[in-house]
Parts: sequence; C-alpha cells; structure tokens
Amino acid sequence: MRDIEMSRVNATREEMLETVKSPTLTHEQKLTTMTNLADSLLEVLELPEGLDELLNQPIDKQCICDLAEGHAPLRPRYIIPDYGKFMREGSEFLQLDPPKDLYEALNALQIFYRHVPSVTNFPVYVGALDELLEPFIDDVDEAQAKKMIKLFLTQMDRTILDSFSHANVGPAATKAGRIILEAEAELEHAVPNITMKYDENITPDEFAVCGINAALHSAKPSFANHAMFKGELGEDYVIASCYNGLKLGGGSYTLVRLILGNIAKRAEGIEDFKKNQLPYVCRIMAEYMDERIRFEVEESGFFENNFLAKEGFIKRDRFTAMFGMVGLAECVNILMEKEGKTGRFGHDKEADKLGVEIMDQIDAFNKEHVNPYCEITGGHFLLHAQVGIASDLNVSPGTRIPIGEEPEELLEHLRHCSNFHKYFPSGTGDIFPIDMTVHKNPEFVLDIIKGAFKENLRYLSFYSSDSDVIRITGYLVKRSEIEKLEQGRNVLQDTTALGMGAKHNGKILERKIR
Amino acid sequence: MRVPVNKIIPFSSVDGPGNRTAVFLQGCNFDCRYCHNPETRNLCTGCMECVEKCPAKALESRDGRVVFDPAACVGCDTCIRTCRFGCSPRIRHMTPEEVMAEIRKQVPFIRGITVSGGECTLYPEFLTELFELCRKERLGRLIDSNGALDFAKHPKLLDAADGVMLDVKAWDEEEHRKVTGVSGEIVKKNARELAAAGKLYEVRTVVAPGLFDYEQTVRETARLLKPYLACGGIRYKLIRYRQIGVREQYAIYQNPTDDVMEKLADIVREEGLIDVIVI
Repeated sequence: MRDIEMSRVNATREEMLETVKSPTLTHEQKLTTMTNLADSLLEVLELPEGLDELLNQPIDKQCICDLAEGHAPLRPRYIIPDYGKFMREGSEFLQLDPPKDLYEALNALQIFYRHVPSVTNFPVYVGALDELLEPFIDDVDEAQAKKMIKLFLTQMDRTILDSFSHANVGPAATKAGRIILEAEAELEHAVPNITMKYDENITPDEFAVCGINAALHSAKPSFANHAMFKGELGEDYVIASCYNGLKLGGGSYTLVRLILGNIAKRAEGIEDFKKNQLPYVCRIMAEYMDERIRFEVEESGFFENNFLAKEGFIKRDRFTAMFGMVGLAECVNILMEKEGKTGRFGHDKEADKLGVEIMDQIDAFNKEHVNPYCEITGGHFLLHAQVGIASDLNVSPGTRIPIGEEPEELLEHLRHCSNFHKYFPSGTGDIFPIDMTVHKNPEFVLDIIKGAFKENLRYLSFYSSDSDVIRITGYLVKRSEIEKLEQGRNVLQDTTALGMGAKHNGKILERKIR
Repeated sequence: MRVPVNKIIPFSSVDGPGNRTAVFLQGCNFDCRYCHNPETRNLCTGCMECVEKCPAKALESRDGRVVFDPAACVGCDTCIRTCRFGCSPRIRHMTPEEVMAEIRKQVPFIRGITVSGGECTLYPEFLTELFELCRKERLGRLIDSNGALDFAKHPKLLDAADGVMLDVKAWDEEEHRKVTGVSGEIVKKNARELAAAGKLYEVRTVVAPGLFDYEQTVRETARLLKPYLACGGIRYKLIRYRQIGVREQYAIYQNPTDDVMEKLADIVREEGLIDVIVI
C-alpha cells in the first residue's frame, strides 16, 4: 500500500469528527460516512496514468466519476443474489431451512436482506417478489396475505434505508404480484423501488393496469421492456438499483461514468472530440474499471469468503461491470456551439444525429474492450445511462433531454428516447410525471407503454403530478421527507439527501407534466 | 371532401378509453351556455379583425380569407379572444386522407381516435370516410357528439364507428332549450337507439348548478339506459362545470361541490349503471 501525506490524513480526520458531531445524519448514516472516509485513505489500486487529471476535479471539469465506490472496493458495487435458490435450499450460514409457508418465507427474506452488501450497504435487489411468494400465497386467506405483505413491505421501507433497493414483478400475472401492487398503492412508500417486467404477449392488461394504478399512487413500479432485456441478457436477468439490467446470481463489480459535457469542453470541435478526446477518456476509464475489478476479484477475498459466494447465491463468473455515461445533451450542445451551430439536443435533427454518432462510438469502444472477468457478457462491460448524483450541476442524466427543455408533445419526447434506449442493456430510462386526471384512465399509460416498447424503448417510469412519493432520477423519495430535511431534521432514508440535492441542482420538480 | 379542422391533439387521456388522437372539427349546431371552447362553434366570416391583432403575424388576409401560418403562431390565443363570431382563424380545411396522415404519426402509441368538435356529426360523410381509413389500420373509432344528428339515418357511419360518446345536456325539453338553444328530443331518441344497437359507449352530463335540474337529468338518463345494459356496457361520465374558457356572460354558474357530484354518482348507480366516473 502506498504512503499518503499527513495533511490528507488530518483533513480526513477533521471530516470524521464533523461526521461524528453532525446534527442531521442518523446513526447509520454516520457509520456509512465514517467507513467511506476511512476507505479514502487506502491507496492500493494501480491507477492508470492520466486518471487523476480526469477524476479529481470539480463538477464543471470532471470527465470521469467513480460514484463514491471507494479506494479499496471490499465488495462488488451491485450484488444480485439468487433468492429462488435460497427459498428452495435455505442457508447454512444463516441457519435457515427452506421456508414452508408464507410466514416463514417473509421472515426468511427479511433475514437475508440484512446480509446482502452493496455500495450503499443495503441490498440493491430484493428479489422477484411475486415469483418468490406465489407458492405460499394460498397458505392464508387473501386479507391475511395482504396484511402480512404490507407489514413485510413496511419493514423493508423502515430498515432498508435506501431507495436503490429494487424488487421485480411480472411479466406473468400472479396473485402475489397483484397483492404486492395493491399494497404499494395503499402504502405509498419510497422503498423498495419496483419494476414490472412487461411483455404485451405475456402480461395481461389487467395486471399491467394494476401496476399503473400503483405507479400513480407511489411512483412505482416502472416498466421494463421484457422482450428487449431478455434478448440481450437472457431470461434470468433482473432490474436492480435505479434500473440496472443485470444477471441473477451475479451483479456488477463497478460503475464508473463518463461526464460527456466536460469531455466536450476539452475538445476544439466535433472532429477533435471524436478523434482524440472521447477515445482517450474512454480508454482511461476502462483501464480504471479493469483495475478496480482486478482488485475485487484477485485481492479483496470477497468471492472466496462471503457466504453468498460460498453457498452459491452468487457466482463470480456471473458478474459484469457497467460503463456509465451522463450528459449527452450538454455534450452535444457544447459541440454544436463550438461549430457555430444553434441546434439543440432534443430539438434539432443535426444535434440528435450527433448524439447518436457519439453513442455509436462509445458502444463500439466498449465492444472492442475486453475484460477477463466479464465472461457472462462476452468479455465486455455493459453500457449504462447513469441517472446522475445529487451534486451534478448542468449534467443531465444519461441521454435525457434536460428538464425545462422537454419537447412540447410527449410523442416527440418518446420518439427521441427511441434513438437511445437500445444502447444500454445495464439500464437507462425516462421519467414522465402524468397529470392526475389520468387516474380515471390508466389505459392511457398502458397504450403509451405498449407503443413505446414496440418502438424499442427500454424502460419507462410514471408518477402522478400530485403524488408525495416521486421518482428523483432513478430512485424514489417522498417530497414530505425532503421538506423535513430542508428544515434540518433527521430523516430515515439516506436517499432523501440525494433527492434534496437533485431538487436544487437538478430541478427534478420542474419536469414537464404529461 | 374537405372539412374545417380546429385542432388535432396527438395524445389525449380524456377523450375515451386509453390513449387516443382527438380530432376537433369546427362548427356546432348547439349553443351551450357552458361551452368551454366557444371558438369552435362557427365558421370564419372573413372580418379580418384577428389578422390586425395577431402579435406574431401568423395571420394574413388573402383573397378575402384568413390564412394561418402554424409555424409563426405562438399560441397566445389573441385571435380567439378577438373573434366576435365564435370562431378561430387557426383552422385547416383537410381531407380524410390528410387527417389520417396526422393520426398515423402517433401509431403505435394510440389505440384509436375520437372525433369531437364543435359538433363533428355536421360532417357525417367525412366521418365515415375517416373511420373506414382508421378501420383498415386497426385503430379504434369513437364519435363525441351532442346527439343532434339522427344516427339511424346514417347506418354506414354507425357501422364504421365503434361507438358514440353522447352528451345529455338536460332532460326537460324547456331546460334543454335554455342550456343549448335547441330541442333535446333527438338526443333522447339517439340515446335509446344507440344503446339498443350496442353503440353507446358513454353518456355524459355537465353539472352546472343554477342552470338546470341536473338531478332529474342524471336520474332520467340513467333510467332510460338501464334496459339496454345487456347490449353493451355504458359508462356515465359526470363532468363538473368549470368557468375556464366559458364566455364571460355565462361564467356565472357555481362549480358543483364534491358532495353534489358523489350524490349524482350514487343516483346513477341506484338506477343500475355500474360504470360511473366523475371528473
């Protein structure tokens, strides 16, 4: 391990003391912050030359961002346990036999969640809850089942203190799935996030409408294009964290992102950007990711020692990594300006064409780059349209059109999305606040989902314009909790602080209502 | 064949089931006091007052007609406020094929179209032709009507349409004349016949306290429809009167309370119609 300067140690010690004394952080939030600060003092990765100048910069210059994964990753960023295996076989480490009824099933899952690590220390995937619970759902009458599931969901909301936690339902209709969706519509919780895998040929309208009703009350589920994900990742994919497509029993070692707008600032014009700047930054980022993965696999000991790997709930060779990007809109607009052109991303054919060319180039780079530990995805990373972080300023998530510049008609907005969703098997998505009159006509949303998936959109989220639970970028937060935090009060979930940042920096409350 | 088109809304969540493209035709044979888009009632007289007032210079006087430039329009509605004849200069005269080309842009995001107005049944041949084009492309087809057209005399139109969303403005004949300026007998005839033919998708009543006896209207309409429920489900939509868009002299009625609307919904249910929505 490399030495570091005492001044950096002392600066970190100051931050730790501030954390200890913080009036707004809860105990759990303090522990997480302390852990991250301690980790920041480690220097064990062999960093690629040139990284420092791209990584350690303020937000208006930073070209590569590692999303607070730390200096010595002690676990993969996203872990996707095979909960089905756990339900079938139990766990030796957790001293649990396979559950035999609904009581035991819910109890077993609650125990398991406590032991699934991630970058946030909370599970980013809590299972295909409908499939997991369906075998037990007739153990009790429906009213009892619903009560038990509501308690289970409430327990999750109050103990998994982070809304990157994600459950899946669908594509087939189930009684358990319907009860879960009805319960969420009534509870209006922020956690867990939920995705309905939707396929027009599998998912009955009635089940989809049940999901849409839940979404209009609690901003979830979102809807994933099942046929598209299945075609790329196989039947055993899941949606985790914000909207990340990953393999069941695997996960993602790491997620690092390109901040495309800042890369564009370094360029003289479009040609320089394409020929020099973008390839250079992509290469450094890929090398950085390679090194992080090498450390996790070869040095951290996670895959040898954690019970999830030892008992086969995850397998090292089912992991991949996510090559992220943000700010395509700003990138295109800056490059257009440098060329003396006025067209803007989302409103101009030439600007949008440039956006597609940039994505094609990133896609081609990724398909050339090989990492030995991403066997499950052909030795390549998966592209990811990252949703942004609270401190992002003038950085639009992934390939989204900036808030405030959305096209007048939803139709044009959807057509624009259809140019970009295809690039991102490990996740992208667009969010549409819907006027509350749609409560009377949920089929309006269903028709849009059906049409969108025919047009190769991947992932859509809706929430009602009058809802307390809202989707910030990929995760969910209650407006009422943001208000508490703004008044300096403690709040339970760490994502509320991110939502507050996004409200002020990312204008997420100003999205165009459809 | 060309008809005056007031506007086309690409995605509508409030003009029938699911997502639909709503086509609004210009001109109406009723003059409802609570009309919230009174600029759709009449055709342009060519007075040119709006041309002078348009701040975006999107209107031009040519050969005695107002010519509209959609690209220059900023949507400020000055022209609509200026017009003394209940019209809008932003009207396009379109053929069924031209309207169909506008509808096609929304495929596959829509399940169908609804043609409204004004009163779209002023142009039954146009409707029939447009619906036949939609039918070929498997798009749903609904008519939003005040019920002034005797649908029984237009079997081709009814065959081409999935159904009608019919306004019942007032039950009592005198009150119907007060609300709309014309008789309501044909509306009741249509309600019965459309319901019997399984072509009545929805009836709706705008509830404007102080203007007419809405309890009687809702109860009698529901009662009239009950015998036909077996021919196909009929939805009753109860719509709150709102002042927005209504002409100044008629922006005088109260907005009905939630209690009033809920009571009316209960009346409809008591009469045996299950599908009631309040907006």
